[in-house]
Amino acid sequence: MGRYLLRRLGFALVLVFVVSSAALLLTRLAPGDFAAMQGVDLSAEQREQLREELGLNQSFTAQYLEWLGGAARFDFGRSLLYSRPVSELIGERALNTAVLAIAALLLATIIGIPLGVYSGTHTGLRKAIVRGISTIGLSVPPLIGSLALVFIAARTGWFPVGGMTSASGIDMTWAQWIADLLRHLPMPALALAIPLAATLERLQSESIESSMRERFVAASRARGVDRARSILRHAWPVSLRPVLGLYGLMIGSLFSGSFAVEVVTSWPGLGRLMFDALKARDLFLVAGCAATGAVFLAAGTLIADLILAWTDPRTVSGDRA
Amino acid sequence: MIKRAGWFLVALTAVALIAPLIAPYEPSEAFRGFLNAPPMRPHLDGLAPAFHPLVLADRLESRFEPDRTRSVSAPWIGRDPDTPVFLLGSDEFGRDVLSRLLYGARTSIGLALVAMFGAVTIGALAGAWAGYRGGWMDEAIMRVADFVLVLPVIYVVLVLRAVLPLVMPPSTVFLLVTGIFTVVGWPFVAKGVRAIVAGERNREYVQAARSLGASPFRILTVHLIPACAGHLLVQATLLLPAFILAEATLSFIGLGFPDPIASWGTMLAGAANYNAVARFPWTLTPAVAIFAIVLATNVVASRKGQ
Repeated sequence: MGRYLLRRLGFALVLVFVVSSAALLLTRLAPGDFAAMQGVDLSAEQREQLREELGLNQSFTAQYLEWLGGAARFDFGRSLLYSRPVSELIGERALNTAVLAIAALLLATIIGIPLGVYSGTHTGLRKAIVRGISTIGLSVPPLIGSLALVFIAARTGWFPVGGMTSASGIDMTWAQWIADLLRHLPMPALALAIPLAATLERLQSESIESSMRERFVAASRARGVDRARSILRHAWPVSLRPVLGLYGLMIGSLFSGSFAVEVVTSWPGLGRLMFDALKARDLFLVAGCAATGAVFLAAGTLIADLILAWTDPRTVSGDRA
Repeated sequence: MIKRAGWFLVALTAVALIAPLIAPYEPSEAFRGFLNAPPMRPHLDGLAPAFHPLVLADRLESRFEPDRTRSVSAPWIGRDPDTPVFLLGSDEFGRDVLSRLLYGARTSIGLALVAMFGAVTIGALAGAWAGYRGGWMDEAIMRVADFVLVLPVIYVVLVLRAVLPLVMPPSTVFLLVTGIFTVVGWPFVAKGVRAIVAGERNREYVQAARSLGASPFRILTVHLIPACAGHLLVQATLLLPAFILAEATLSFIGLGFPDPIASWGTMLAGAANYNAVARFPWTLTPAVAIFAIVLATNVVASRKGQ
């Protein structure tokens, strides 16, 4: 177990290092730097002066080494675009993305797992209906889903059309702020959760269907355990193994999906920040965003791996099928 | 499923090729008097469908009403620039949504098809090479593939696109975006191909080919890659909607095609604010088209058990 954990941790570190370095390098190689992206009314000398002040005229190696040295001490430099420390900016935005992602994951679990258990243990029309719903859900990618939900919100006024809090959010108490957040959260979270819930339903349904055929389930029924209990206590826990494995794979699509949702519903998350930073050629902010994203990704995969290793010891021994 | 997937791909290609031919107007043809006009409902005039031309009822609200005293024929039969017929409404510049949707099908599906061919070709070659050679080559190729697979696709696409010049002519955008999609798409293909080739490379027919003096290149392209045909077709079917969606996302945030080009992404970008979405919902039709394609893919893909 220790060696397995170490190997996964090593991979996580490599991931974070490579991703953030690559982001820095690519942004640096990109045509036009931060100074060139500033307003058109600057003269060539003024731009050169700006480069001088911001240290943009250094060689890439010098810049990279300086950034690495800072990053090792958790100092990710200053954002050129917002002239604030990168870590401060990212802290706020990463939290917003995490709130959205976790809400979506919870929502997907609450919707997908029970539906999957239901469709996997029923046959005929009832199964077909759930199947149909999940096929449709699977076909609503977050970009399309959030556009559709914005349309519904704008037409009906059932929930806010976008943003994370109301504009007047400055002088609210904590309780009011939370309540406001909870009003804004369902729409983007749902847009993100729909395809995930459908994927979970699919897998849970298939997996509980096969575990229902196990002999111990039949044995529990023969002992006189009623059907609902034999499903929930005997068949379901065994069927969870492949479902838990899926969570690790979902982290990536959660990230990709949240980018589209953040853009459509103006959710102030990491995706938007990185997009703005990329467009403005804000080197350190791009690298910081990439590093944070990679940390999230690595942590998510690590947690999923640990859960998988815990439920299925074969993972640790390294026998890849 | 394999047969079904093949037909699905053929059908989509046909849509991309034929769609622009049946478009009633040019995709960039703007009717200045008809901004955000609603879809028009046909009625029967004798046997032919006909339409009541729209009249601007309120310029501020951009509200149109049909003029029930007059009748014009369908846009394929007769066109009059003063009384255009919008079957799916018009957009913010007064361009016909239906025509843009059809031309957009060519851009969006065409781009996805080209990118898919690139990803499948490179994925098949890299995966087959890794599986056939084994050793450090195998290790290196599959490590890179695994690494790309871990990353969230849209961010990789975003970074690769954003570091290129932001404003480029449409043909360059097409080439670059297909290139980027190929880069993020090949590992999905390569993994399966590698597994199949690694299992097949010591089978009798491969040994026979080798003993007859066939070069590794010939063994791969003539014997081993055809053995993966089913897997390749399935992966192609799954990559296609993913690429269509990726193009839509890129164009939506303004990093895809420039505006006058009709693609499903640029059309959605025009519909991006909630005010427009609520008042002119017909501009969201590309979203419906994307949904339909993803749904079709899922239906094709989900029959595999039967």
